[in-house]
Amino acid sequence: MIPGIIGKKLGMTQLFRDDGTLEAVTAIEAGPCVVTQVKTAARDGYEAAQLGFGPAKRLNRPERGHLKGLGLFRHLREFRLQDASGLEVGQRVDVSIFREGELVNVTGTSKGKGFAGVVKRHGFAGGPKSHGQSDRHRAPGSIGATTSPGRVLKGTRMAGHMGNRRVTVRNLEVVKADADRNLLLLKGAVPGSRNSLLLIQKAKPGGG
Amino acid sequence: MDLATAAELKENPDLPEVRPGDSVKVTVKVVEGDRERSQSFQGVVIRRRRGGANANFTVRRISYGIGVERTFFLHSPLLEKVEVLRRGKVRRARLYYLRGRTGKAARLKEQRET
Repeated sequence: MIPGIIGKKLGMTQLFRDDGTLEAVTAIEAGPCVVTQVKTAARDGYEAAQLGFGPAKRLNRPERGHLKGLGLFRHLREFRLQDASGLEVGQRVDVSIFREGELVNVTGTSKGKGFAGVVKRHGFAGGPKSHGQSDRHRAPGSIGATTSPGRVLKGTRMAGHMGNRRVTVRNLEVVKADADRNLLLLKGAVPGSRNSLLLIQKAKPGGG
Repeated sequence: MDLATAAELKENPDLPEVRPGDSVKVTVKVVEGDRERSQSFQGVVIRRRRGGANANFTVRRISYGIGVERTFFLHSPLLEKVEVLRRGKVRRARLYYLRGRTGKAARLKEQRET
């Protein structure tokens, strides 16, 4: 059994539960995927399965050779496994691996925010808005002491590029898994914009 | 696949078309502890909002001299029944002007069928 699947974020919407509460959910078009390669500890040094997702328009000859007889896939992603035995190339993976109520981890690329200041990037409070302040409204304040240590400590939070990096959100509840429509509804938000690629994996017990 | 069909909204069955200006009686389920009972709210529809799962309408009534507005979600499973008692003749979609009026001034003409 493969514990994960590749999907595309469709966007967010709302759903009523039977008790009348309204819940924010993210809709994901997940799978169907095909196992394109099985990696074993003996041959590759680690156990993993490579899945293919989405139709490809153009692939070069090495890519076509790798996918010979499997179809043409735009996205190939690897999932690390404890034990890859029992998997074979060509095996189909769809949303039916998830059950409703199960917890999953979702990995994606967050939306890029560009070069962001410390207020947006690290949640700093900024300076006072009045009482004679000029140019201090969104300033970071002090970034360290004086002669001792005489330098700025590594890792000090400052302005810089924000977003557009790999982010994993853990323990999202599967609200609905519809294998006929390849549709997955998860409670809450996931990283990235609409149409971005997501990796959905079963959460490890205990919140890992 | 698109987002609009993803949530598979189930419109409440036998729900009449509710329009601004209508006088309606709305019955909702109320859960108290482990008991469930029905509660009704009667008044004038002052707005109807569209938009997927969030579609709702707001009913206004004067209760013991105090204006009370309550919003009902069209897709909510707690919404039991909506009865249209009277269709009002109105010229705008949002009847917020009723908030400033009471008594005779807050009346609406009945819409005649043509």
